[in-house]
Amino acid sequence: MNEILGFSTLDLSRFQFATTSIFHYFFVPFTVGFALIIAVLQTLAYRSGDPKLENLTRFFGHLFFINFAVGVVTGIVQEFQFGMNWQGFSNFVGNIFGVPLALEVLMAFFLESTFLGLWWFGKDRLPAWASLASIWIVAAGTTISAFWIIIANAWMQHPVGFELKNGRAVMTDAWAIVTNPKGLEWFAHIWAGSLTVAAFFVLAVSAYHLRRRANVEAFRVSFRVALITALIGSGGVILAGHEQGQSAVRDQPMKYATFSALWDTPDGNQMPESLVALPSNAARENRFELSVPYVGSFLAFNNFTEKAKGINDLQKEYEAKYGPGNYTPWVWPVYWSFRVMVGLGFLMLLVTLVYVWRWRQGKLDDPGRLYPLLLAMPLAPHLANFSGWIATEMGRQPWIVQGLLRTGDAVSQLNPLWVLLSLAAFWVVYLTLIGLDVFLLTRTARAGMHEPDVETPSVPAPDYVPEGARA
Amino acid sequence: MTDLPTLWFILTAAIFAIYFFLDGFDFGVGALQPFLARTEAERRAMIRTVGPFWAANEVWVILAAGVIFAAFPHWYGTLMTALYPEFALILLALIGRGVAFEYRAEINHRRWRTFWDVTSFVTNLLPAFLWGAIMANMVRGLPIDASGRFDGSLLYSVNTFSVLGGLATLSLFILHGATYLLLRLDDNDVLHGRARRAALIWGAVASALVLAFVYQGFIRTGLFGTFGLQEWLFPLAAAVNLGLIWLALTLKRDALAFAATGLTIVFSTATIFGSLYPNVLPSTLGDAYNLTVQNAASEPYTLRLLTWVGAAFLPLIIGYQAWNFYVFRQRIRAQDEKIPGGHD
Repeated sequence: MNEILGFSTLDLSRFQFATTSIFHYFFVPFTVGFALIIAVLQTLAYRSGDPKLENLTRFFGHLFFINFAVGVVTGIVQEFQFGMNWQGFSNFVGNIFGVPLALEVLMAFFLESTFLGLWWFGKDRLPAWASLASIWIVAAGTTISAFWIIIANAWMQHPVGFELKNGRAVMTDAWAIVTNPKGLEWFAHIWAGSLTVAAFFVLAVSAYHLRRRANVEAFRVSFRVALITALIGSGGVILAGHEQGQSAVRDQPMKYATFSALWDTPDGNQMPESLVALPSNAARENRFELSVPYVGSFLAFNNFTEKAKGINDLQKEYEAKYGPGNYTPWVWPVYWSFRVMVGLGFLMLLVTLVYVWRWRQGKLDDPGRLYPLLLAMPLAPHLANFSGWIATEMGRQPWIVQGLLRTGDAVSQLNPLWVLLSLAAFWVVYLTLIGLDVFLLTRTARAGMHEPDVETPSVPAPDYVPEGARA
Repeated sequence: MTDLPTLWFILTAAIFAIYFFLDGFDFGVGALQPFLARTEAERRAMIRTVGPFWAANEVWVILAAGVIFAAFPHWYGTLMTALYPEFALILLALIGRGVAFEYRAEINHRRWRTFWDVTSFVTNLLPAFLWGAIMANMVRGLPIDASGRFDGSLLYSVNTFSVLGGLATLSLFILHGATYLLLRLDDNDVLHGRARRAALIWGAVASALVLAFVYQGFIRTGLFGTFGLQEWLFPLAAAVNLGLIWLALTLKRDALAFAATGLTIVFSTATIFGSLYPNVLPSTLGDAYNLTVQNAASEPYTLRLLTWVGAAFLPLIIGYQAWNFYVFRQRIRAQDEKIPGGHD
């Protein structure tokens, strides 16, 4: 029995990996960016000694805590599923890929879990400086974690520092793996992306309370901190993304061509960039296309003359190099998810710039006419992350390790029934988690900083107001 | 050159032992909660005994998986594919367990809390059982073919030995949770007395089940046949410890009781891994297909790198985790729990 309901173990395993990774990635970048914002807020509170800021820190800390739990527990799945569903992959790359994963645990996970507990539960047991240090350690831990997992992923996209030995990849140069240029660009991109996830959340929450004139002195501070974070984040995402595009042309030309639905290498002396297209894998061309000249050359090479290779030419090249087979990714999902990601990136930058402008005009205490948009903006970075992962991971198929191992050869030979059952269970559990996370975040965020049992008795808020300040 | 694969095999065993020691009491507390706590204050007090610790305790199993992946890629892929349903259930349970601990207090409503209490009970019970079943199947061996792939029926891993193994770890972890509560709860708390009674009962149950497991595995099927003289020490020490627990409990020496349940877990883990060596996963289809410490291991370069990083970070981790326990050393009293008013 190799299929169930028409799905093979490979289909189901891919779908399961996409599910667990993308769901996990709803929680994780939030944690990375949010820890940093909270650490900055607590530093401001520590330096000013202002109890309002101290409360603000605890308030956002509570929101952080709600999200962190889900990030941790969904992360455990990541550590096991390579072995469970991708035995061929594990055997082939364990020598290399397993190492950054183990380092991530050793250098980051223990730090995050231990010091978050110390920070949250130990507020009354630790001196102020130790509490501040704890949240900075949590922030450092989340960033280190992001670094190692991206180094692992980058190796799959651009293998370096290895040799093939007895049919598997073995490490020859650890430094080359750590400094994989693809990994560093990528880390910059996802780190900046994480900043936007947290920044737009804090912006929305702060705007909500500013609009209601509740705790204005405190939320004014978080709004400004989040705005600066959003500026660094959305600017950084675009700059790093531009760099990544240029390295993709060199390292993963097929992926780059798929991003742009570039079926044939352009004829002229410049490369246009497609704006809107209806790509068809069956026809191996775009059924409809609207493109602008020169932009393609600029995006791929920073000039206005060079051209990238088209999908059809690359397919022939790969057949000559790797033997007969289909080396063309499924173009339209990659093409469109890439465009959604880029579009949202620019939307985030635009909204940020509007509020930077309002800041210059001294109108930041009032969210203004864009207020409804600001409340919806926390969705934008999540959607951008989602479509970004779809684009980059589908865009490199059929490879699981670029040029070395195909996804079809990496999968565990499992009974598809087991995979179908686990897939269904993960969907149920993860949808529940997302629902609970969003529900609790919204509820707690709206309740704001309040005395316990005063405004909304069912949202526990015992930590926001220090003992001495209670009437 | 030193034998790095063996070193990492020992470290893997140690990481599992630490994991079972630490998360074992989390499982135990979660499983005991419906039986020991009768009021909301008592339920909260029980959760608070593990509140600041469970997340970091759990990281040890992530480390175990990461280390097996990096140091023994073949072991990692084969074990987790072969025992896919068990691992999938453990992952789902660990998700539910963590969220239950954290989200229970977020809404002050009776039905919300009851939902998480039930979730917590089930999801603490499940991994406590499954880890024993996995360890038993590892010792018993799995039908692994020449290419390292699992070649068995759907329910191959469900057998008397693995069920006994699961019941043994389950009862051992519940016992460990009970002795942990003796240390973390105030002596005069009503919960403390109940925890002692639970420890006495579960001590007897655990002893019977561990003995049955060892009897089934060792005497009847000869699974621990590779044992030399020295490895005898581990099961023996585990057995002696089980006796010691009863003594410590009747003498009201709480710290000793906890140390003894912890050591029982450590010695039991050492027994399992000691009996595996030099294999990491024996094949029931023929000794030639056994995954061994040597043939499942990564290349020396990778292992050397891991050794350096491990040597730098493991002591640090143990240090700050110990400090974490020290910071929250204060014993917990149910009557101190502040229950906000409102919905109930």
